[in-house]
Amino acid sequence: MNKDHWKLWEVFLRSKNGLSHKHVGSLHAADAEMAIQNARDVYTRRSEGISIWVVPSESITASAPDEKEPLFAPSDDKVYRHPTFYDIPDDVEHM
Amino acid sequence: MGTNVSLEENFQTYVDGENKIEPKDWMPEKYRKTLIRQISQHAHSEIIGMQPEANWITRAPSLRAKLILLAKVQDEAGHGLYLYSAAETLGESREKMISDLQSGKAKYSSIFNYPTPSWADMGTIGWLVDGAAIQNQVMLTRTSYGPYARAMVKICKEESFHQRQGYEVVMKLAQGTPEQKAMAQESLNRWWWPSLMMFGPSDDESPNSAQSMKWKIKRKSNDTLRQEFVDKTVPQVEYLGLTVPDADLKWNEARGHYDFGVINWDEFYDVIQGNGPCNKERIAHHVEAHEEGAWVREAANAFAQKQAQRKKNTGAAA
Ligand SMILES: [Fe+2]
Ligand SMILES: [Fe+2]
Repeated sequence: MNKDHWKLWEVFLRSKNGLSHKHVGSLHAADAEMAIQNARDVYTRRSEGISIWVVPSESITASAPDEKEPLFAPSDDKVYRHPTFYDIPDDVEHM
Repeated sequence: MGTNVSLEENFQTYVDGENKIEPKDWMPEKYRKTLIRQISQHAHSEIIGMQPEANWITRAPSLRAKLILLAKVQDEAGHGLYLYSAAETLGESREKMISDLQSGKAKYSSIFNYPTPSWADMGTIGWLVDGAAIQNQVMLTRTSYGPYARAMVKICKEESFHQRQGYEVVMKLAQGTPEQKAMAQESLNRWWWPSLMMFGPSDDESPNSAQSMKWKIKRKSNDTLRQEFVDKTVPQVEYLGLTVPDADLKWNEARGHYDFGVINWDEFYDVIQGNGPCNKERIAHHVEAHEEGAWVREAANAFAQKQAQRKKNTGAAA
């Protein structure tokens, strides 16, 4: 690898307290501190965030798309996990 | 081979259902290639596009104008970075994209190969060039590739400021002294046609467009976007009391659109081929800035390594 190559970081922003951090994109930086500074310039020029997380992209483990079926399909047939599965008469209120 | 066909069919059905493709999803190799080419070209345009405007930062006529122009040019850097980051999700490295730009293998919007000799150009660019870009980018917020669509949403939020500040600059000139108004008109004369060329060749000359539309990378044809832009912009020109430099421009009641003259496609292809007024200068400047920055990138890496080492050592000692 080139010695002037900076590694890739994923950037997450919390737009305001009460909300989770949300992925907004990535950027290159030599270290975490620089990644935070670059993230401020690249992703928060219009007060889009009040808190920034940066994570080296290589540290993220993602589920594989071809495992979508085995991973997520089982929950599709568990309809009893949803409130609409249960028949409650309309006369019963507040439920 | 058989499975491949059905994978592609599934992909098409998925896209037809208005579903977004995300980086790790299966995609046809040509879809990936097309996107890498388009997104990196788009990124390069944002980056090279800083040059014609940066030309006026030190000579802006007021502090207010200077602050606005600085913020605008900084936004364009940001746009380039969102887009490079979107292209990287497809497996293309930043280094490769930069070297393709510098070697001339990758293209960027040919509009940025025109010079900016007048302050009025700072207005005309924001108004027309960013305006034409918006026309295209609003469509791309609905493109089928997720990271590209998301980058476009961010970009479009910022572009509106670009266009409005540009129009304001032109408006001040158009409503100023006769000399100032002439400046505005002269600038419009130079930028009108290149702005229309920004939408690319006519539909019948644009063979890749059909596939891009099928994959929903593009959602509207070049000619449709161009017509929308003309229809929107002509009244804005009239409001300023300026004249569109096109003798054939005429409202067509039956079509409900403006008819306009024939674009000089020879000029378009000539500029793409590298023969525009500023092609060489733009790339030379990019190469120079990149090379002059090499020691900074190296030093930052060396510093980061040292810091990491130091942390490790104190960690071990504790
Ligand atoms: Fe932009
Ligand atoms: Fe812009």
